[in-house]
Amino acid sequence: MTEKHHDYTKTTPRFSATFDPFTVSQIQRAAATGIYDIRGGGTKRKLPHFDDLLFLGASMSRYPLEGYRERCGTDVVLGTRFAKKPIHLKTPVTIAGMSFGALSAQAKEALGRGASAVGTSTTTGDGGMTPEERGHSSTLIYQYLPSRYGMNPDDLRKADAIEIVVGQGAKPGGGGMLLGQKISPRVAQMRDLPEGIDQRSACRHPDWTGPDDLEIKIEELREITNWEKPIYVKVGASRPYYDVSLAVKSGADVVVLDGMQGGTAATQEVFIEHVGLPILAAIRPAVQALQDLGLHRKVQLIVSGGIRTGADVAKALALGADAVAIGTAALVALGDQSPDLAEEYAKLGTVPGAYDDWQDGRDPAGITTQDPTLSARLDPILGGRRLANYLSVLTMEAQTIARACGKSHLHNLEPEDLVALTIEAAAMTRLPLAGTDWYPGKAGF
Amino acid sequence: MQTIDLNTTTLRELNSRLQTENAGASWQVANPNGRHALAVGLTQPIEVTIEGHAGYYAAGMNQQASVVINGNAGQGVAENMMSGRVHVKGNASSSAGATAHGGLLVIEGDAGARCGISMKGVDIVVRGSIGHMSAFMAQSGNLVVCGDAGEALGDSLYETRIFVRGKVRGLGADCEEKDMTPEDRAIVTSLLEKAGVTDCKAEDFRLYGSARTLYHFNVDNASAY
Amino acid sequence: MCGIVGLFLKNRALEPELGRLTSQMLKTMTERGPDSAGFAVYNGAGKGQRKMTVRGLSDGNIGSFEAGFLEIIGGSGEVHKRHDHVILIYAAEHEPAVRAYVDMFDDGVAFASSGESIELYKGVGLPEQVAAHFALEKMSGTHAIGHTRMATESAVTVAGAHPFSTGPDQCLVHNGSLSNHNSLRRQLVREGLRFETENDSEVAAGYLSWRLSKGEKLDQALKASLNDLDGFYTFVVGTRDGFAVLRDPVACKPAVMAETDDYVAFASEYRSFAGLPGIASAEVFEPEPQRVYHWEHAA
Repeated sequence: MTEKHHDYTKTTPRFSATFDPFTVSQIQRAAATGIYDIRGGGTKRKLPHFDDLLFLGASMSRYPLEGYRERCGTDVVLGTRFAKKPIHLKTPVTIAGMSFGALSAQAKEALGRGASAVGTSTTTGDGGMTPEERGHSSTLIYQYLPSRYGMNPDDLRKADAIEIVVGQGAKPGGGGMLLGQKISPRVAQMRDLPEGIDQRSACRHPDWTGPDDLEIKIEELREITNWEKPIYVKVGASRPYYDVSLAVKSGADVVVLDGMQGGTAATQEVFIEHVGLPILAAIRPAVQALQDLGLHRKVQLIVSGGIRTGADVAKALALGADAVAIGTAALVALGDQSPDLAEEYAKLGTVPGAYDDWQDGRDPAGITTQDPTLSARLDPILGGRRLANYLSVLTMEAQTIARACGKSHLHNLEPEDLVALTIEAAAMTRLPLAGTDWYPGKAGF
Repeated sequence: MQTIDLNTTTLRELNSRLQTENAGASWQVANPNGRHALAVGLTQPIEVTIEGHAGYYAAGMNQQASVVINGNAGQGVAENMMSGRVHVKGNASSSAGATAHGGLLVIEGDAGARCGISMKGVDIVVRGSIGHMSAFMAQSGNLVVCGDAGEALGDSLYETRIFVRGKVRGLGADCEEKDMTPEDRAIVTSLLEKAGVTDCKAEDFRLYGSARTLYHFNVDNASAY
Repeated sequence: MCGIVGLFLKNRALEPELGRLTSQMLKTMTERGPDSAGFAVYNGAGKGQRKMTVRGLSDGNIGSFEAGFLEIIGGSGEVHKRHDHVILIYAAEHEPAVRAYVDMFDDGVAFASSGESIELYKGVGLPEQVAAHFALEKMSGTHAIGHTRMATESAVTVAGAHPFSTGPDQCLVHNGSLSNHNSLRRQLVREGLRFETENDSEVAAGYLSWRLSKGEKLDQALKASLNDLDGFYTFVVGTRDGFAVLRDPVACKPAVMAETDDYVAFASEYRSFAGLPGIASAEVFEPEPQRVYHWEHAA
């Protein structure tokens, strides 16, 4: 008997780095269907991110605060510039705009319950305000979008703040999209659309374009709401210095800046992966714009797109944001991507952690769906509790870091508490490369 | 009838007074001089007459009130109106009645571009002509135009009915002419009457509506998205 | 992002009022453009004479600037100072030498416009202040174009304020935002044009001047811009004898016009018209997209 030997005359099969297996499957999918790929979520590629920054804890030159005893404030006030009734939150972690339509009513309710439990805000989305959502959110931000689906002056007056959406990180320059599977009778009725049709909403507002007209729109919204509500302006990260400057010139109380990691209910894959800036690259120019106008901390900045941990929260604040918003992470906290659903994800051709067909409305977790059977799976009370737990952890983690840096309030974190691990991150944030006092563009080493 | 003179009163004072007024009251606004956001966010069945030109968003988000503009109206007149009536005696600028959910908007002169954009149930009657891209993505309600319509009428239309008496320079994607039924004619007659238009007959209008080919994604329509 | 106004007088009796009316119109556009303002006034000139507007003059440099200018033209010219601008008047034959002199002078001095009729003023600050600096109210003329600017992607500087003049007696003001101006600027630079700023509107002005220099009529040049300029725009273009208006195919940026037997007026909003004589009976309309509107005095 001769032993079988490996055939050393051949190399192992080798995949192209350019045409890798995923790319090949994309080409095959496009060739088979003739339709661009639509999915939910945010960008999935590796990008420069908060992981590329590190905090410098206190040691000899600075003194830390005691972790469990000494006070470290987390509250934040938003909308102090013009609004008579600014928003007071107990934690600077807010819930980003997600629509009823994209999400089930149960998911919206769970978001409201979780956020209210820890004293933070939730945000409506493209599709109007549901009574459940208003009822379960102690602080509710009402989005004012190009489509104006469900836009109602009564709801406007019921809101605690108004967020004018110019764009979002997943698709700056793009409009909304909700495919027919999710246009249930209730969603259709709220949006005044026929049931079950594919709904694509506009990328520009119907009655204004540009900051000169936005200024007039903001005046109208303030006149209708007695100058009480803070007016947020949300932009997708693309030209943050100019966009933030112009939002401020138009009269915004708060600017929301959403990086390309920010999710969407549904849009083209090519849009999600190839348009916009990672949030890490967008914060510095945005803060610079506010500083140049003398309005940093007076017009508040909320950043979003890929916030996962208390470290991300602390880093965003240290870079100059006043608060952050979470979307994808909040959905995970509710139960999205749960390993318990592995079998059902398998039926949809995916695995826990990678599910992104939010547009199809077949979410086994009952979150990104309008199917009554599926959405009934999400217990809003339990989901709300999980979200509250997660928000508490984010807040405590951020406090842990802030105390280690000797801060008695999260807002006293500053860029000088951070260093960059990579040259890319150093260039984007103008933080020194770890162990040096240098960043690209700065002379000397 | 009480008068508010905008030469001596601030916009804030004007709107807060009108917004807190009780049903049945009647107000006249003097010297509007094209100011923006006049008579916005009204909630009661009151009557307001603006004696001159109005700027952007006049009578925006109206509920129940009846607002007459004795002049031209700027961009977005009666935008997102829920109910009530807004009557422009002169011309209206672009985006008249944008996203409005209900009520009646009457424009005696011409309306600019994007008249009735994304309208969601409002009825709009224009005695003159309308500009390009009117009724873009219009969802429901009726747009009655006694004059002509500009390019790309009813582009990406949903279920709004568009009635035009004059020439249509061009139809937008997915908008097509439809046969007028007796019910359609009754809608036109009733709206003309409500709008006080006495010199046009329903028989002279043509109906345009959605061909509904964009309701579900189809590869052959890809360029229209 | 801005406010635009324009006034073209048909009735010559109104000419002494041009500055006052334009100034009123400009001030009502303050909210649309609080960063900077500018205006071009066309008031005719003697036959064979040219005039040039130059900015950046101060007590420190006016003396040497004026002396050098008079030397070039051999003494037979005029210098009128208004705030930090001067109007130079000289015989047409001296045009190249005067232009070269201004370009070379440096010390913050910059060319603003030249031609037979145009004077062009601009400054940083509120429109009211800018108009006051130059005593716009007292100016007379045949037509005027003004602009208030809310800067978008380029700096708030005097150079970045509108109008932009890139050819004799030509100027352009713009509301909107172009999306292909960088490529177009590179192309025009290869054709020999010079640009002072990174501003998209200056590229539009240069593009039109370039087409006019090829012998096209203004309406032809504007028609061509519909193919070559991408993005959003409402343009008002001034020439020696009149002005023209053009909006892009989508026409998102506002534009309204008023015409009477006495004048044609243009503005971003109605309220700019409020103080014009006889406005109550004017024909008021919004220019259609992609259509060139053009008014001209008989030459």
